[in-house]
Amino acid sequence: MALAEPEMMDGREPAPMEKPQGYWAGVGERLLQDKLTMACFGVLMLLILSAVFAPWLGLADPYKGSMIARLKPIGTEGYPLGTDEQGRDMLARLIYGGRLTLFIGLMPVVFAFFIGSFLGVLAGYVGGLTNTIIMRTIDVFFAFPSVLLAIAISGALGAGIFNSLVSLTIVFIPPITRVAEAVTSGVRSLDYIDAARATGANNWTVIRMHVIGNVLSPIFVYATSLTSVCMILAAGLSFLGIGVRPPEPEWGLMLNTLRSAIYINPWLSALPGMMIFVTSLCLNLLSDGLRSAMNVRD
Amino acid sequence: MSATEDVGYDPTPDTGGPAQPLIKVQNLKKYFPVRGGPLGRVQAQVQAVDGVSFDVAKGETLGIVGESGCGKSTTAKLLIGLTERDQGDIIFDGLALGEKLSLKDLRRGVQMVFQDSYATLNPRMTIEASVAFGARVQGLDKPEDRARKLMDRVGLDPARFAHRYPHELSGGQRQRVNIARALAMSPRLVVLDEAVSALDKSVEAQVLNLLNDLRAEFGLTYIFISHDLNVVRYISDRILVMYLGEVVEVAPVASIWAEQAHPYTRSLFSAMPSMDPDNRTKEPPLSGDPPNPINPPSGCRFHTRCRFKADVCKTKTPKLAGLSVNAKHMVACHLHDADSGHPKAGQGVPS
Repeated sequence: MALAEPEMMDGREPAPMEKPQGYWAGVGERLLQDKLTMACFGVLMLLILSAVFAPWLGLADPYKGSMIARLKPIGTEGYPLGTDEQGRDMLARLIYGGRLTLFIGLMPVVFAFFIGSFLGVLAGYVGGLTNTIIMRTIDVFFAFPSVLLAIAISGALGAGIFNSLVSLTIVFIPPITRVAEAVTSGVRSLDYIDAARATGANNWTVIRMHVIGNVLSPIFVYATSLTSVCMILAAGLSFLGIGVRPPEPEWGLMLNTLRSAIYINPWLSALPGMMIFVTSLCLNLLSDGLRSAMNVRD
Repeated sequence: MSATEDVGYDPTPDTGGPAQPLIKVQNLKKYFPVRGGPLGRVQAQVQAVDGVSFDVAKGETLGIVGESGCGKSTTAKLLIGLTERDQGDIIFDGLALGEKLSLKDLRRGVQMVFQDSYATLNPRMTIEASVAFGARVQGLDKPEDRARKLMDRVGLDPARFAHRYPHELSGGQRQRVNIARALAMSPRLVVLDEAVSALDKSVEAQVLNLLNDLRAEFGLTYIFISHDLNVVRYISDRILVMYLGEVVEVAPVASIWAEQAHPYTRSLFSAMPSMDPDNRTKEPPLSGDPPNPINPPSGCRFHTRCRFKADVCKTKTPKLAGLSVNAKHMVACHLHDADSGHPKAGQGVPS
């Protein structure tokens, strides 16, 4: 078996022995080296953890108002971030507000990610008539601007958290499906899919073993970038009064109710907006970082 | 080297004995529809493979040559069912595909090595996982074990390469992986579609030697598709020449090398660069592009570019038939058929 030797000894540095590092381990390592992404990840974790553990943080009651302590400025004793128009503690409301805001900002994208990926991979892999039916249906939804679509569906279903979730999920299925379809039909035409089919594997096995792994990361990165849009849309729905209802703390709703106080106490009124801004900025930067970390070859 | 036991090569049993061809292809046809217009109606048909028939005996290597777009690769994909045939029979060791043989069983017996060694490997799978995949799909025992043994057999140290990814390997190494991947299912027929064409010459020679060794060791049969006549000559027992989706000539290597019976084969052979600087090729062997396979010429498809064409060539399609001097040398040309009506019928190709 001497025939193989020359090529293996082709004068390169001696190959490192066995490196069983998996793909995801490599992604994690690259992410850890990216300081900006890690900082954004830290901020997001802080926001999420504080929202989750809000009841145990020793905060004031976010629902309890006080007629004499209305619209106190930031830094007032006892109210580190001031109070809103009903005298409720802003710090507590912002942290408690993160619970609902993050929930209705993230969950529709998670649902849409699964549904959209399924539809897109199906359309891209099977092609033909199935593709036409799925993608043309998706195009119908695409014809509406996403804000308008969200408002229309929410308006039709009525206000409420569950209805906001449904309408936002419907809004985000088309773009994710389209990205999934584009990536999948690209992968579908590659030789390794043919090679896998040539082994006698059925379509489900080929999709599971060869398609999913190669299409999921672009779809995932795209979906991550949608979370910030979704948060803003969710806040927008609450702002318009067709999302979360008062007195629930939610950043979009708080922005709406504090709007009238903008001439009295502008910094206070801007706080919920700041929270939305910081969260969506961090999500966007995080998705950028993920995109570069998931690129195997660079 | 009793590597057959070592690797655990486990092909399906021979059913028809050595006299029965391993694969018999009869009148295979594949037309690709060309869609267009506002409603996406079928406007025309690309006649990629049009009535191709051939046999491959057990242990034989059949080389398929022809210009780009003549239907070589489509034929290969039809053989393994990656492209669905429109018409014709594929009979593997006496069992007709679709009747007594399922597609999955066909793929157990027939495997393929593709040209682009990189695109054929899943970039997110380790080499070991890629090689073992087919064996696992076909339900063979110990797929990883099998993969490692085959990697060793094709000259890749499993300890070094098993956990690498395709982009960490050189082209030659990747093509060895692809060969191991095809062999992991213990096929009896391997279709090599331009398998060495993308490799540089020294690596190409190594891989060709490897293929020769593997054929002897595992009792393989090859269908070797290439545009490089010298490579085909080196590895093949017989050569099949295709032109515009049809077979124009099939002959044993020595016979076709001595005398090309079809005018197209002759121009194809004279297109090989000469090794002798005093004997350069001066005239272009063939002028013009191949005609459009959407609307191929009537009669003999080669008549538009043939120097010896007569009126009969435009109207009558020549049939593949053995030469009078050597029945194993088959050609589809009116020049060789005494009853064709060609003015020079039965005289062969003038020199």
